[in-house]
Amino acid sequence: MIETFLWLLGYQFAGELLARSLGWPIPGAVLGMLFLFLTLCLRKGIPDTLRHNVPRLMTHMSLLFIPAGAGILAFWPLLAERPLAMAAVLLLSTLSTLLISALTLTLLLRRQQSRKAKP
Amino acid sequence: MTPTLYEWLRQSPLTGIFLTLLAYRVALSVSRRYHGHPLANTVLVGAGLLIVSLLALGLSFDEYFRGASFIQFLLGPITVALAIPLYNNLARLKRSAFAILCSIVVGSVAGVGSAVLIAVAFDMPPQIVLSLAPRSATTPIAIGVAEAIGGIPTLAAAFVIVTGIIGAVLAKPLLTLLRMNDDVVLGVATGIAAHGIGTARVFQISETAGAFAGLAMGLTGFVTAVVAPLLVHFLLS
Repeated sequence: MIETFLWLLGYQFAGELLARSLGWPIPGAVLGMLFLFLTLCLRKGIPDTLRHNVPRLMTHMSLLFIPAGAGILAFWPLLAERPLAMAAVLLLSTLSTLLISALTLTLLLRRQQSRKAKP
Repeated sequence: MTPTLYEWLRQSPLTGIFLTLLAYRVALSVSRRYHGHPLANTVLVGAGLLIVSLLALGLSFDEYFRGASFIQFLLGPITVALAIPLYNNLARLKRSAFAILCSIVVGSVAGVGSAVLIAVAFDMPPQIVLSLAPRSATTPIAIGVAEAIGGIPTLAAAFVIVTGIIGAVLAKPLLTLLRMNDDVVLGVATGIAAHGIGTARVFQISETAGAFAGLAMGLTGFVTAVVAPLLVHFLLS
């Protein structure tokens, strides 16, 4: 477990340092994920400690969002100004984003497959 | 309860940590009881239970967050850890990289565009429209973008959370309705529309979906940071 956290925090550290020194608005953890992914591709395998521990961490990822979810309590006065219109905007825009993303990917994957079918 | 004891309860980080774990554990039981029904979403139920217990105990969010910040801190390392499931799906990623990248760009533009257009249609004031624009991105990016384009950062953060919960609840039923059963499509669409909260949700359904959601979440962050200021300017001018 110690090694797992050294890996993860180390890559987050590297990501934060890079993002901050270049002034990018990207979270260090996201850069850390991409760096770790590139490292795994280069070394062609996952270190044992990560292979063993990460899947168990992942199953409880939603625990980590509960504090942010409870943050709605703090933001409530801002959200509750026009609650119905606000709910409608968030619901409709999230639905359309899901729909457009899923349709685009399905169409592109289908096109890719039909291209492979007729060489 | 004596006043000193209550004071300790307010001040100690133990309260926030324990309440969060307890709310999550109960939410997990509820989710299992209803066989993972979308509305029995662990973030939705857990956060709901927490809000009720904070109100009942008379604790403010800031007092709660003294402990909860330790749990929220772990979002960093778990985001880095998303590289492992992604690497496990390397073959599928290589095969469909172009289609996935294109969808992420299209989806990120749709995320910003739909929020702005629908908010304008509902006659929302400009500051709210600008705070809604980056709501599909992860919180730190959304806050940065909202600030840059003239929105209200705290409001943007609230929109990000609500968007994530809505997306996490709706993604699976919507795609099932459309008969899109590919885990890659589920993952990418959820990661684009509902960032980390959606990613956490689809991880409960399949590791492949979770892996691609994590990738989509990260790249949507990049694209939103670049595209949102330009797109908002274009749509509102």
